[in-house]
Amino acid sequence: MGSTDVERQKLNVYRMKLLGAEVEAVESGTKTLKDAMNEAMRHWVTHVDDTFYVIGTAAGPHPYPMLVRDFQSVIGRECIRQCDEQLGRQPDALVACVGGGSNAIGLFHPYLGYEDVAMYGVEAGGLGLDGDDHAAPLCKGRPGVLHGNRTYLMEDDNGQIMGTHSISAGLDYPGVGPEHSWLKDVKRANYVAATDAEALDGFYKLTQLEGIMPALESSHAVAYAMKLAATMDKDQVIVVNLSGRGDKDIHTIASLDGITA
Amino acid sequence: MSRITTVLNALKEQNRQALIPYITAGDPTKEATVPMMHALVEAGCDIIELGVPFSDPMADGPTIQLACERALEHGTSLTDVLAMVSEFRQKDADTAVVLMGYLNPVEAMGYDTFVNRAVEAGVDGVLLVDLPPEEATEVEDIFKAKDLDMVYLIAPTTTDARIEKIGQSGSGYVYYVSLKGVTGSKALDVDDVARNLERIRKHVSVPVGVGFGITNGETAAQVAKVADGVIVGSAIVNRIAANADNPAQAQAEVSELMREMRTAMDQ
Repeated sequence: MGSTDVERQKLNVYRMKLLGAEVEAVESGTKTLKDAMNEAMRHWVTHVDDTFYVIGTAAGPHPYPMLVRDFQSVIGRECIRQCDEQLGRQPDALVACVGGGSNAIGLFHPYLGYEDVAMYGVEAGGLGLDGDDHAAPLCKGRPGVLHGNRTYLMEDDNGQIMGTHSISAGLDYPGVGPEHSWLKDVKRANYVAATDAEALDGFYKLTQLEGIMPALESSHAVAYAMKLAATMDKDQVIVVNLSGRGDKDIHTIASLDGITA
Repeated sequence: MSRITTVLNALKEQNRQALIPYITAGDPTKEATVPMMHALVEAGCDIIELGVPFSDPMADGPTIQLACERALEHGTSLTDVLAMVSEFRQKDADTAVVLMGYLNPVEAMGYDTFVNRAVEAGVDGVLLVDLPPEEATEVEDIFKAKDLDMVYLIAPTTTDARIEKIGQSGSGYVYYVSLKGVTGSKALDVDDVARNLERIRKHVSVPVGVGFGITNGETAAQVAKVADGVIVGSAIVNRIAANADNPAQAQAEVSELMREMRTAMDQ
């Protein structure tokens, strides 16, 4: 884990340690997710005889994006069944946040054949898509090669990978799973962005109106779902994927609210 | 015949091995690179691997990661690197130059543009760490049409089937990574290298250079007994880093190391 994220994700790190994990902070590069991925690959090639490479996102060299997608597809398969049981039909739209894109591809993939179901992947708009302080390669990047896959990337004119910004550590990545790039190019899914401020608003709304505290990553999906809902009819249905709980982000939210724990 | 092959054939006739240094272009400054290349040749080097700095050098240890960071601090681009090769070629028509780096800067420039500009600059071969031969078919055709050699990496874990594929796709030489790890690792096992080279040569007809873990005259000489080329990277880059403020001193220390290796290899 990049040392910036170790700081931002203190509670997650503490939880991992409670469960018996050793967490090594990565100090190279921009000290976030992309550098942790670089370091994981370096560690793997150095200790290849006794080490498995296991990754929790749908980006990286083949076959990892495919493996992660297939495991995560439990989400979409359950969703199809539950919608059938509870609504008697499938939703009009799916909304999920996209960093590397594992929760989104897990929801989207089983729905690819359902042509009437629209899909929205929500990237981190950071401080806004007009500047460089965001993490929205599908909205603002272009295709390139990083971490063993060709996909949309945030890169400069010389092919150097750019630093990213997002309020949420899990979306703070300059690339995206290659299957999302494909879904964008074939226009099966729509990729949009929510800014840090919009995500925070989504966080507060869901927490206060529903008593469900979403992770800052998922809050991006909530924020876009609110925008989308305003354009739809009352009897239409949106499924929003809550990829994580907000407990881990309480530190970040509290310090934004001026509370020091 | 490519310049790489000409150089390696000439050495073979003399029963000598190639000394192949790696430096990161633009480290510590853009101005330092071409003089350093000439100093390397002066000290007895035959082929220069010129690193194209990249923001995410996944296969490199801390030494070359930091070299990339220094070079990128003042914006050393692939265009700059090609200009350095052009400048080097004004005074040196014989030493082979291989660009070593990662795929994305080349992809960003566009393959056709890159190949034309590289050949015009006097580049002889390309080693793209994150372009495996299975994915390179399209690129290979473009490169080979212009006689640009494709140098591939072989690791201790590479299977025989894959070595065979690399033997068919690669040209110029292949780069055998002497140990499992990233650049700048230590503790090279020469017996293990010798065993693996025997395995590699069953499938590969081009010369085999060996790199990773070669730090002094002694290890260079040991590797030269079994390989066709000795590749040295981090040991050089460490000396450049230690003298980042003093290019003359960096050149002197790197030249001394290269002379030590050349002498030991030729004995």
